[in-house]
Amino acid sequence: MHLAHYLGLLHRSQNELAGAFCEVGRAHADEPDIHHVCERLAAQCTEHVRLLDPFVRRYSEEAVDEPERLHSALFSGTRSGPIGLLRDLHDLYLMAAECDMAWTLIGQAAQGARDTGLLEVVGRCEGETATQMEWLSSRMKQAAPQALVVA
Amino acid sequence: MPDRIADPWGSRTPYGPPAAVERFAAALPGRLRDILPGDLGRRSPWPVRVDTFLAEGVTEDDVDAWVPSASILHSNGDAMDIAVSGGRIVGVRGRAADRVNHGRLGPKDLYGWQANNSPDRLTRPLIRGRGGELAETDWDTAMDLIVTRSKALLDGPGGWGNFAFYTSGQLLLEEYYTLGVIGKAGIGTPHMDGNTRLCTATAAAALKLSFGTDGQPGSYTDVDHCDAIALWGHNAAETQTVLWARMLDRRRGPRPPAMIVVDPRETPVAREADVHLAVRPGTNMALMNALLHVLIGEGRYDERYVRSRTTGFEELRRTVADCTPRWAAEICDVPASRIEQAVEILGSCDRLLSTVLQGFYQSHQATAAACQVNNIHLLRGMIGRPGAGVLQMNGQPTAQNTREAGADGDLPGLRNWDNPEHIRQLAELWNVEPSVIPHWAPPTHAMQIFRYAEQGSVKLLWISATNPAVSLPDLARIRRTLAKEDLFVVVQDIFPTETAQLADVVLPAATWGEKRGTFTNADRTVHLSEKAVDPPGQARSDLDIFLDYARRMDFRDKDGAPLIKWHDPESAFEAWKACSAGRPCDYTGITYGMLRRGGVQWPCTPGSPRGTERLYAGGRFNTDPDYCETYGHDLLTGAGRTEEQYRAGEPRGRAFLHAAPYQPPPETAGGDHPMLLTTGRTVYHFHTRTKTGRAAQLNAAAPDPWVELSPGDASALGVAEGDVVRVESPRGALEARARVCGTRPGVVFVPFHYGYWDRDGSGPGDGTPRAANELTATGWDPVSKQPYYKISAVRVSKAADAGGTLSSAPTTGAASPHDPRVPVTAGGPQAEAREWIEADGHAERADRSGPWEGPGAAGERPWTRSRSETSERSQATRWFEED
Repeated sequence: MHLAHYLGLLHRSQNELAGAFCEVGRAHADEPDIHHVCERLAAQCTEHVRLLDPFVRRYSEEAVDEPERLHSALFSGTRSGPIGLLRDLHDLYLMAAECDMAWTLIGQAAQGARDTGLLEVVGRCEGETATQMEWLSSRMKQAAPQALVVA
Repeated sequence: MPDRIADPWGSRTPYGPPAAVERFAAALPGRLRDILPGDLGRRSPWPVRVDTFLAEGVTEDDVDAWVPSASILHSNGDAMDIAVSGGRIVGVRGRAADRVNHGRLGPKDLYGWQANNSPDRLTRPLIRGRGGELAETDWDTAMDLIVTRSKALLDGPGGWGNFAFYTSGQLLLEEYYTLGVIGKAGIGTPHMDGNTRLCTATAAAALKLSFGTDGQPGSYTDVDHCDAIALWGHNAAETQTVLWARMLDRRRGPRPPAMIVVDPRETPVAREADVHLAVRPGTNMALMNALLHVLIGEGRYDERYVRSRTTGFEELRRTVADCTPRWAAEICDVPASRIEQAVEILGSCDRLLSTVLQGFYQSHQATAAACQVNNIHLLRGMIGRPGAGVLQMNGQPTAQNTREAGADGDLPGLRNWDNPEHIRQLAELWNVEPSVIPHWAPPTHAMQIFRYAEQGSVKLLWISATNPAVSLPDLARIRRTLAKEDLFVVVQDIFPTETAQLADVVLPAATWGEKRGTFTNADRTVHLSEKAVDPPGQARSDLDIFLDYARRMDFRDKDGAPLIKWHDPESAFEAWKACSAGRPCDYTGITYGMLRRGGVQWPCTPGSPRGTERLYAGGRFNTDPDYCETYGHDLLTGAGRTEEQYRAGEPRGRAFLHAAPYQPPPETAGGDHPMLLTTGRTVYHFHTRTKTGRAAQLNAAAPDPWVELSPGDASALGVAEGDVVRVESPRGALEARARVCGTRPGVVFVPFHYGYWDRDGSGPGDGTPRAANELTATGWDPVSKQPYYKISAVRVSKAADAGGTLSSAPTTGAASPHDPRVPVTAGGPQAEAREWIEADGHAERADRSGPWEGPGAAGERPWTRSRSETSERSQATRWFEED
């Protein structure tokens, strides 16, 4: 059963997203909305991690060897300035998108495994991840014309 | 003769609710109501009281003309006539027949007009010379400079992005609409906002989210009909004195309404209310969720209304499931029993009127909390009928017009920027390509505009009728931005404000009484304000300035004709009417001629020529996807929802019950900054005091800023009444004298009006800073983008002894002193105004209809009751005594 690996993948991705939200928020503290919302969303990701913990532990007992190249890094530090902000938010979006799809797949697996507890966690968290993507998308769409055409 | 500085609200004229037949008639749809005999359903029992103030030595016999207008120093829209003598304004008189005020005026109305006659009005354009000084010039030179710079910046792709317009809540509808078209179809920039962002953006956001579009559901006559009033973060006594007088008159009459207030300070409203919830700043959402928890948990809601007229109930129920009064009591630091008392009123009344203002709007979960007020009304089915209404208030006099005419972050006619059909309508109306109108994202909000200017991508910032160098948060940063070499700042104003002193070009404008145009108050009442006198020197109306700019820029439509096809206020109003047609703010039934007879509430169409008193009667809301103004937002992040998501919710004319969990504020007291600062308006001043500070009576009543401290905090800090205290936040510091009074422990209040113009500076320079916004943080609500002024962590220390001087904080408002030695605030002989009370039966003056009142107006006397029918407030009807 490979569910443990995908749970591990999501667990790690959520952790990394939390860290990235924190870093981007700090790096762009002169944009107060970015700063505050990123802080809030980082806390949300950390909570997702906490909720995943027991399932990661439980399923890892039944796990086979982890397949190769399961995880790929999407974030390698922040940038500055209007274009830098756009790129940083774009990175966060891709990371959130990875989590979003992972929630979907784990939700599918949880149904297959008849694991209602896990399904409940997926139900609670996947909407928040989707909203994170919506916020990132809204904010990028607002910033893009000024950053790419005007500045 | 009443001293209206000493008594800002004037004499009580108690009254009771109208009879049931009147209420039944008032609930009828407009057309049915219009055919009833004798104005049944349109009358108000609130007695007439006509307030008048004339300059010293002037009597009514000296007045050449009474020119109709309405108040421009707050959002209440008090109708008044301007007294003119010898070509000068010499006084004002309330209009008896107007639906808003029945003749009453507040202190700012009575005395504020004198600022028009100030010797330091701007009378000629100014431009910054080589030596860096502002020097007088002529209009051609000043406008040429702006136009040359504009054309250079507009050249090339993305030129639109170099422009930004920051306007006001104090111009007129015709001016906003013209500016909106210049910005959106002339230059094509989304960077336009009003200072309404600071005062009323949350009202608009909450109305759009809950009901589909902006537009006040309630009416001021709901004060007549209601049996309970809840003031959510609203110090009405100081912000809308005449509305408060109406509430007080109900409270002193038979069958008075119960009253609840949420405010951390002991305001006059808190002193009057039956239940005062003095919550810790930044915790409104916890309180609201607890109130909803009990209402839902105890089944005290209209199940049928909720099922058929709303959507989102299950999520709301889930969100507030754990939010008990005990839980909220801990967070808000108010007794759980007090919260339960409030629910008792909210859950048992038949007709609830809510008013909401800055205590909610300028906090961090602003839109979320304002939506919960809407939720209470939706749950109880208390919307759109007499006495059951919501007033999401405005702070500024013409803020409603900034919103509806598209001079802020909204599109004209309350259109949805994300709806291509709405953009097509505007493009067709203006005869431009839809692609010209920026609609790729929401219009840029004020704080983001200043950020772009700070970063250098906005290179021309045109500021009209507002003073961001005092009113925006974190002033040191704002001053730095405005002073930047690569930012060309145009300021259009009537005085050399702090902001004007940092401008590259200053354009002298005409103001209220010197130009013609319309504006709309917080309950959708449109008034016409006529030109009473000529502006001083070369000053021009803001409309003429915008029209001149459009002409010189040669903005064209797609057929090569001039983009702006109007030339004066009335033709601009006609153009606006076409833009408003079919939208919630439909003005097509209104004419200037009609407005000369008195205020009219929009929507007003040829089919409903007397306007519309209440929106959403019968629970039909503006949420249809093709009609709504927004597809919605996530309340915690502000993330925009898509059309598909919105349609999937199948709104079908139902209102939205939006839910959100409480979140702690971004800045909390602790460590180096153990107290919380909250800022706000006070009764004698408006905005940055540019006018009220120049009216002798208003200025003398509150000449300097002050710092409100609770007795416990003051004693812990070793501070006594009148001592100079220093307040410091991570952004800056200020010094002012302490007023020890009834604010809640741990909370410091500083009025936001005071800046540096009366010290001849754009900022503190080498002197002591005194503006409240030296302390506030740059941050805003994620949905409405309204900055949060109400929650800054500060530390307070004593800077100097009082030295025998007391604080000059007025004693009439929230700053009512604990120290009995503080003399009460009074205006003396120079503040003596006149009151004429109709019910008294001893008219001082037989004819109070001025020559400008149109035919029929003099006969339209509001229905009055005799004094004998009224009674003192009965203790038995008070819902709760203080515990």
